[in-house]
Amino acid sequence: MNPVSYFELLRLTLPEIVVALSGLAVLTLDLTVLQRRSLAVRWRIGALVGCAGCVGAILLLLLRAERASLYDGMLVVNSLTQFVQTVLAAFTILAVLLSVNSDFTVHVGEYLGVVLFATAAMMVLVGTQNLLVIFASLELLSLSLYILTAFNKHSRKSAEAALKYFLFGGMAAAFLLFGISLLYGLSDSIQLTAIAATLGAQPLSPLLAVAIVMIVTGLGFKVAAAPFHLWAPDAYQGAPTPSAALIASSSKIASFFVFSMVLTLGLPAGSVMPRWFSLIAAVAALSMLVGNLAAIVQSSVRRLLAYSAIGHAGYMLLGILAHSALGLGALLYYVVTYALATIGAFGVLAALEKEGIDQVTDLAGLSRRAPWLSFCMLIFLLSLAGIPPLAGFFGKFYVFSSALSARMGLLWLVILAIGMSVVSLYYYLRVLKQIYVRDSEVSVGTIETPLGMRATVGLIALLVVLLGCFPQLLLSWIDGALRAMPH
Amino acid sequence: MLAWTIYISFLGAAGLMLAPRVNARAARLIALLTAVAGFAISVIGVCRYTPGTLVTVTRVPWIPSLGIEYHLAADGISLTLLLLTGIVAVAGVLFSWNVERRPAEFFALYLVLIGAVYGVFLSFDLLLFFVFYELAIIPKYFLIAIWGSTRREYAAMKLALYSFAGSAMVLIGVIAAYVEAGSKTMDLADLARFPFPLHFEMWIFPLVFVGFAILAGMWPFHTWAPTGHAAAPTAGSMLLAGVVMKLGAYGCLRVAMMLFPRGMEAWGFRVLGFGSWRGLFAVLALIGIVYGASVALVQKDFKFVVGYSSVSHMGFVLLGLMTLSQIGLSGAVLQMFSHGIIAGLLFAVVGRMVYDRTHTRLLSELEPMHLARVIPFAAFTFVIAGMASIGLPGFSGFVAEFEILIGTWRAFPALAVLAGVGILVGIAFSWRALDKAFLGGAGTGSPVDRSPSATVLPRITVAERIGAAILMAATAAVGLYPRILLDLIVPALQSPLFDGLRKGLWR
Repeated sequence: MNPVSYFELLRLTLPEIVVALSGLAVLTLDLTVLQRRSLAVRWRIGALVGCAGCVGAILLLLLRAERASLYDGMLVVNSLTQFVQTVLAAFTILAVLLSVNSDFTVHVGEYLGVVLFATAAMMVLVGTQNLLVIFASLELLSLSLYILTAFNKHSRKSAEAALKYFLFGGMAAAFLLFGISLLYGLSDSIQLTAIAATLGAQPLSPLLAVAIVMIVTGLGFKVAAAPFHLWAPDAYQGAPTPSAALIASSSKIASFFVFSMVLTLGLPAGSVMPRWFSLIAAVAALSMLVGNLAAIVQSSVRRLLAYSAIGHAGYMLLGILAHSALGLGALLYYVVTYALATIGAFGVLAALEKEGIDQVTDLAGLSRRAPWLSFCMLIFLLSLAGIPPLAGFFGKFYVFSSALSARMGLLWLVILAIGMSVVSLYYYLRVLKQIYVRDSEVSVGTIETPLGMRATVGLIALLVVLLGCFPQLLLSWIDGALRAMPH
Repeated sequence: MLAWTIYISFLGAAGLMLAPRVNARAARLIALLTAVAGFAISVIGVCRYTPGTLVTVTRVPWIPSLGIEYHLAADGISLTLLLLTGIVAVAGVLFSWNVERRPAEFFALYLVLIGAVYGVFLSFDLLLFFVFYELAIIPKYFLIAIWGSTRREYAAMKLALYSFAGSAMVLIGVIAAYVEAGSKTMDLADLARFPFPLHFEMWIFPLVFVGFAILAGMWPFHTWAPTGHAAAPTAGSMLLAGVVMKLGAYGCLRVAMMLFPRGMEAWGFRVLGFGSWRGLFAVLALIGIVYGASVALVQKDFKFVVGYSSVSHMGFVLLGLMTLSQIGLSGAVLQMFSHGIIAGLLFAVVGRMVYDRTHTRLLSELEPMHLARVIPFAAFTFVIAGMASIGLPGFSGFVAEFEILIGTWRAFPALAVLAGVGILVGIAFSWRALDKAFLGGAGTGSPVDRSPSATVLPRITVAERIGAAILMAATAAVGLYPRILLDLIVPALQSPLFDGLRKGLWR
């Protein structure tokens, strides 16, 4: 191991450090200076500091163009990790902006602090190829998310959801750690490429198979793929809306990226097809079926979004199955646009927080009570359903075509995915039917929503439309990042 | 310039959505102006067009890394259907002059639908084609679910899911063809030239063809059509039957048949007497013709009569496509135009002139009203539309169905005889509907009843008269001088784009 100066380490981890420091700053400010101010002021100033930290990190990331790998891949910096980290910081800004008008907690500093720590954890997570660092940052992320889920202390549902999330999460972490230890035992290394190099030559031993299954279980939990999805509906429903938005968007991006890295870089590719191939194919098919079919019968909007997220996880696994640079690009495009549409949908729900909307039928007549938010919701849900020219359609097209061009044998899975997206249109239309077609039974007055909230949601909707009409905006960025990569 | 048909429709829609508090009057005017502008642009496009060429309207890289272009172009077939869209769009606005509920949203969705339809007919890049094709689904859903009548939510959802299921099949085909051709291009001309393996075309052709044919109302996937047409508001039914079903038929021709012509070759074995997909689809089309007409004969609801008649007439389009001869194909394209106009006219009479006044569509309730005396203009329009619909010489339907029958006679003689039966049943149901709805069963010799209740219906408005006049003029013009359209269609069928089709089974 080469000796590396600490200054170099500091320089390379500066974006993560800025985000973490801004988290500490928010915490300190809120607990000292702002304690006597009103809740609204505390949220605003806290959000301002948090966003400033994220913007700073984004600037640092965009301004540097270098490739480095410290301590055998414990810290990896390249164009791809920079892209994902930038996106993660940007999503945190959106999630923070969506939380500004909330009143579910008085512990503003703690909430924003934990959000920023989670972001720092995600940024470390994507910037490493070392299994132990992956595990440690994944746990930091998970613990932050458990706390964020439980943040509404007045809601029993919030507590219940957090407990379920925590118990399942702890279990999944145990699986993951066990898998990692088996891999270490087999290969004598915890560095992804080294593992692949050592194990690639060996035949598939039962022990390796167990290790692969364990790791897929642990990471499958994080991306909410069936059958490891049981926490998702409860967490989406019970968590405070801004927390749910974070869990559903940026946590998804980071988890999928690391899932893809562990599988493609770390787990040995067999001679014909990767050894995890049929396992992931089965998980993908099951996720599509369970997610989309279960979403049909949901009466709660958030549970519906949760089950649809499970279905989408199935589509995204196709990008991993493609096992090619094209597939990785498609996966990144899909997960980013998916996260945009999802955070937008949660943003609309957050803006309507005071209406106490939970059931799909509560949305009846929304188009006349809040036309702007309804229109944005229309865009988000249609994007999720994959209607062109919205971003979700190109995500689907890109993932499916990359999977097919990598392997024509994936045709059955592509057919299943496209068939399931027909099913998904049904339940998205069910929500939109309430918003646009039905009339409200209780009240007819317009709903007052804060301007900032409408602006944020509108910005997200604009991005969804823009990325749909001009997919090249994001694609060229991803392509550039991929081209700069060695593989 | 033709690209502006798309842009102007979307701009009109955006204007209606963004303008604060548009009253019904302003909304109608904006919609009418937009529709007229679109129609005018397509007329100018047709006038400037040299038959047999492919006019590139716009061609810029769209997603260069995937080789996808924003490529709009037009040949004679596209122009024919653009013209149809323009005419039906203008008439549709005129027949929705009485929409008072959420008018801005109504016309905005209407214009989005029109814009998407123009887009489909102009696209020469497969992905762009698909984008516009799917874009048309959502406005249809809301038009029916919000402004529709009987069982509107059910009908709207059924229509949306059938359309989406069809387009899912098409999407599988699109992606598979794109990948098979090397993931480099989506250009229709390039893909038409690409030699796909025979076994690939053999499974991709039926998939894509059926995907599109669902929207064209092919039996047994037609069931969305009667319920959807019946539930939709008048302009909605006019667009659905008039142009949206043509999207499906156009897709069958432009994508399924043009890109995968060898999929129609013989299998080399026979199952249940069928030796190729072509034979199977021809028989399904024929069943659609006869079945649609027979079911229309026994309907109690006036709008369902017209709805099933659409299934029957669209069967002719699909049958014409399957003849694979120049006369049959040009007949099929002409029938698309002709049926678009005639179906628009029929739905205008049933939905706007009759239902909006009497608030019933049941033939048994219309019978005692003697509508021929109360609203003679409606009866007159229905007679014209009915005559055009049953294929009387002098109207567009005659030329189209005659060509299709000749083509069928050459390709499948037995089917031609049965198609003739379908035409006879068509005459029967048209006459029955006319008799019951307007003449009050006078044909059966019942005494004339001058009940006062029958005289209180509002008069036919000027907007309705203009709309009907436009549609009647269109069907008569094409019927009397079919060369205006055939001179566009026939050279297009002889263009290099259809080489694959002509080299194979063409006769």
